[in-house]
Amino acid sequence: MQEINHTGSRTTRLLGAAVIVGLVALVLLGWFVAPEDDDQQDAVRMIFVHVPSAIWTYIAFVTTAIGSVMWLVRRSVWWDTVAAAAAEIGVLFCGLTLFTGSVWGRPTWNTYWDWGDVRLVTTLILFLMMIGYLSVRSLGGPESATATRAAIVGVMAAAILPIVNRSVEWWENNTLHQKSSLTDGNLEDMTLFTLVVGLIVWGLFFWWAILHRFRIAWLEREIRSSDLDRALVERRAEGEPGASPLEERV
Amino acid sequence: MTHVGYLLVGWGTTFAVGLVYTATLLRRGRRLTARVPADRRRWMTAEDT
Amino acid sequence: MLADIRLVAAKDLRIEWRSRVTLSQVVPFALLVLVLFGFALDANRPVLDAATSGLYWVTVLFVGVMSVQRATAIETTDGARRALLLAGVEPAAVFLGKAVAVALQLLFVEVVLVGGVIVLFDASIESLPLLTATCLVASVGIAAAGTLLGALVAGVRARETVLPILLLPVLAPVLIGATRAFDDALGTVAVDGWAWLGLLAGFGAINTVLGALAYGVLLEET
Repeated sequence: MQEINHTGSRTTRLLGAAVIVGLVALVLLGWFVAPEDDDQQDAVRMIFVHVPSAIWTYIAFVTTAIGSVMWLVRRSVWWDTVAAAAAEIGVLFCGLTLFTGSVWGRPTWNTYWDWGDVRLVTTLILFLMMIGYLSVRSLGGPESATATRAAIVGVMAAAILPIVNRSVEWWENNTLHQKSSLTDGNLEDMTLFTLVVGLIVWGLFFWWAILHRFRIAWLEREIRSSDLDRALVERRAEGEPGASPLEERV
Repeated sequence: MTHVGYLLVGWGTTFAVGLVYTATLLRRGRRLTARVPADRRRWMTAEDT
Repeated sequence: MLADIRLVAAKDLRIEWRSRVTLSQVVPFALLVLVLFGFALDANRPVLDAATSGLYWVTVLFVGVMSVQRATAIETTDGARRALLLAGVEPAAVFLGKAVAVALQLLFVEVVLVGGVIVLFDASIESLPLLTATCLVASVGIAAAGTLLGALVAGVRARETVLPILLLPVLAPVLIGATRAFDDALGTVAVDGWAWLGLLAGFGAINTVLGALAYGVLLEET
């Protein structure tokens, strides 16, 4: 068996190749094949990166919420690791969603940011809460304590999100946001097809990233526990007369 | 084509961020794998390497 | 259970009363923030009028973070958390007791702040029942979410900086809801304040239930 020195596997290599092919296809479709919009002209091409980011943000955070519950209920280390991995990728996607949304909003709504838009503001608050989740993750301390802390933050974020959404909705009772691009049925066939391609590519990337991120977390866990093992062996060795390196020096 | 500047910024940032994150993941993975003995890299099976 | 809640709340309030931190530091801080807002908005009457309820609740959120930090510090000093757990008090009762203590302190500061905005920002109260109810319900929400997150970061070295990062986004609905309800109560904007009160109540209920359930796990494991 050859020496393995990376977190890749056959699955991730296949996924990675598919993502690259998919991205090339998405660029070609999104920039040259999909038609321009009657109202938005070519600005509509932003949705091919914006909408997949947004949808996979929410899928990622739902995964985090599920993983959090599974940790709290079943003490499943596997689910805890999945929750952490999904949260990190979710924050990444969420940041991209907000960014591409504002860049798209400038020519289309004539403003980068609209406080009256429900989904926009809700997503921003979610983004901030999940950054809090990641900072709790990085606090250090015993692993199970970190997992429990993070899981409670994850559950709390999920529980509060409907209230956040409702509050923003009432706050400014108007919305610029176009109705969900997927369901209103106003999209040209080619636009819809490209969007679906985008969704699939983002999904494949999400899968690829979560596998790698999971393995990294797994390795970190292994390193911590093997450090602990080594420390235990060393401490035990100190107990045996003559075996301690300290005594040798004396 | 209209709005090319906006589109380039949006798409460009998305791709750049994705690429940087990908590179970070791979680099972290390599660095960590080196520190774990082969028999403890448990997610790997014999055929799936 | 009720007796335990009262016990814990009374303990926290007694410690607070003896240290006089709320009176000598938190209240002056809150008033100071109001004065700073006055300067920042250049004492511009129309702007101040329109922004009074928002500024009021931003101040309350800051005070909330401070109070929660105080309440957490009480518990982490000298391993008091462990002692409470060993004393056989139910974790949910500890949580509720601490939340009640924080809520009462917040209410105290809120009353002072209402005086502050009346004097400094020339606010006038149109609906006292709505104003009172908003303060009560919002305080419960802030105290519940704060006490839970305070316990969550207790015992962590970076807790002073992490707590606001965690707490403030969670409190966003309180800021929005309470500001709108105050707009109605102070007569600055014509909205239905009582509807917003329902939202605040929902927020308070979710966080109270969540906190009561999660507090035991946190006490045991962190």
